[in-house]
Amino acid sequence: MLEIITSILVRTVVAGTPLLLGTLGEVISERAGILNLGVEGMMSLGAATGFIVTFTTGNPWLGLMAATIAGALISVIHAFVTVSLRANQVVSGLALTMLGLGLSGLWGKPYIGRPLTTKMHAIRIPVLSDIPVIGKVLFYQDPYFYLSVALGILVWFLMKHTKVGITVRSVGENPKAAETLGINVARVKYLCVMAGGAFAGMAGAHLSTAYSKSWIEGMTSGRGWIVIALTIFALWEPSRAFVGAYVFGGIFVIQYVLQPLGISPNLLAMLPYATTLGVLLFYGMSKKGKRRMSAPATLGEPYIRGSR
Amino acid sequence: MTVTILPREKTSALFNALILFGSLLAGLVAVGVVFLAKGINPFFAIGEIFTASFGSAFGFQETLTKAIPLILIGSGLALAYRAKFWNIGAESQLLLGAVFATWIGLKFGPGLPAWAILPLMFLAGFIGGGLWGLIPAIFKVKFGINEVISTLMLNYIAAEFVKFLVVGPWKGETKYGYPYTDDLPTQAILKHLGSTRISLLMLVIAVCTALVLAFLVYRTRFGYEIRVIGENPEAGRYAGIDFFRTSLIMMFISGGVAGLAGVGELSSIHHHLSYPETISAGYGFTAIIVAWLGRLNPGFSILSGLFFAGIIVGGDAIQMSMGLPATTVNVFNGLILIFLITGDFLLNHRVRFQRRVL
Repeated sequence: MLEIITSILVRTVVAGTPLLLGTLGEVISERAGILNLGVEGMMSLGAATGFIVTFTTGNPWLGLMAATIAGALISVIHAFVTVSLRANQVVSGLALTMLGLGLSGLWGKPYIGRPLTTKMHAIRIPVLSDIPVIGKVLFYQDPYFYLSVALGILVWFLMKHTKVGITVRSVGENPKAAETLGINVARVKYLCVMAGGAFAGMAGAHLSTAYSKSWIEGMTSGRGWIVIALTIFALWEPSRAFVGAYVFGGIFVIQYVLQPLGISPNLLAMLPYATTLGVLLFYGMSKKGKRRMSAPATLGEPYIRGSR
Repeated sequence: MTVTILPREKTSALFNALILFGSLLAGLVAVGVVFLAKGINPFFAIGEIFTASFGSAFGFQETLTKAIPLILIGSGLALAYRAKFWNIGAESQLLLGAVFATWIGLKFGPGLPAWAILPLMFLAGFIGGGLWGLIPAIFKVKFGINEVISTLMLNYIAAEFVKFLVVGPWKGETKYGYPYTDDLPTQAILKHLGSTRISLLMLVIAVCTALVLAFLVYRTRFGYEIRVIGENPEAGRYAGIDFFRTSLIMMFISGGVAGLAGVGELSSIHHHLSYPETISAGYGFTAIIVAWLGRLNPGFSILSGLFFAGIIVGGDAIQMSMGLPATTVNVFNGLILIFLITGDFLLNHRVRFQRRVL
């Protein structure tokens, strides 16, 4: 029994890792007032790039780097169109998703069905990994897990306790005031969107080089969209992103746990999506939740210098 | 040098058309660059796309066939987007339309003549798509839930539901283990025009729907309310517009016409329900750009629907002749959409470059 629980928890953490990375990125972007619905596309591009580079160089770290850069680069399109051209953020994000899915499919096609021979080895942390259950779950994981946790703590610290965080939040809450304080609003927005892209790229690389070690089209299967829901669930707080990511990681795993019970796999596959709706509904229904669900004040609005 | 950006007040129709054409052209150039990076001659590939879709009688027939669902869904999406309701769920509204119509067609089809069963199927399809469209509307207006996320989640849920139906309870007894329902009875199947795959009835329904929705948007009080909700919700509240009621009706229509597209795909093309990716070749997503290219005028989606149907047909052609994946069409869609919104910027703003005066 203990072994089963351990194995479920281990897989939960693994499944939660890309969700955590993606959510952290979206939190940064949305805190600066830019809604980026392109996560699914950026993640998919990261998955393809990460896989291709790992496959050709044999080095998964290079794959991770390439995926991060690819995610950041493609997100520049969204930054340019929404910040410089003040275009509608919803439409631009959708376009980015289509482009990312298309490019990854186009470039990744020759690699479909080819297994990865090299992978990142799990790192065993001495002593701590010997603790029953927790040891295996938290201290004997692949490097992505440690990376995502470290980045999560970093983002939380930056956002909550440093001037960087105040700058980013002021740009999202009141860009006019930020501008008078001498902050370059456009630059902050660009950087935050690119950080979001980089995180989504990493999340994608995790899927193709650590989670499944293969590339197929559409392998992100809606995780990019769940990330956007998780950002709301996290109330734009990096610390709450951890909770959301692992809860949803667990839901991805529970499908496979319940399958032997004879429930249709198709109905089980609805679980992550239905839960997403359920959580948002729960928030929306409770009066307290509705009030707290308030996004950064200027989320989704273009900022026009010198206006108002 | 300084760059100043000023809002542009009025634009002429010619300038509007020029910008639109320029955006499309820039989008195609960008697609060409992507092809070039992949080692494919871009002139050949893009030329191939347009000759395959508009260059021959057979190609044009296929383009018309695929334009039908795009026109229907695109005009319905234009309606929703006018109110800034970002319905991304047309893909599943189409599926639910097909599911409802399959149920009616299989259950009552054998006992009824064509003139009775077909209207029933259309009605059921409209209701199916419409009800599925109501969910995100209720979620948004009553509980403040972002409609982009809810419609997308509903897409995944509906797709799994259809898979569940065709491998489970609705699996056809005559289908030897394939994931299909049984075929609809002949009277529930739409006739094709000659040797084509075009159903004349569907084509007429699609074009009429687009025109009726255009009338609705520009000539009725309901359309006015939709536009106010989209452009100035504060003013709408003062004017006493019932947001809940208007959003519900609007999404019932938007989902309903996507449901009609589902009935068309079912009854004219496939004749049975099968896997979701077979029933709809991503029409619900492509129609987003159809609506946008048509400047959110439901009537214009007739033209933009035809254009994107051509891209789908041409995309299929080069996919087969050059071994490209099906998702290549997404590169097209994404890039063209990006350039369309870039064009909108030029349409609404003047950009002046001035040398800095010391």
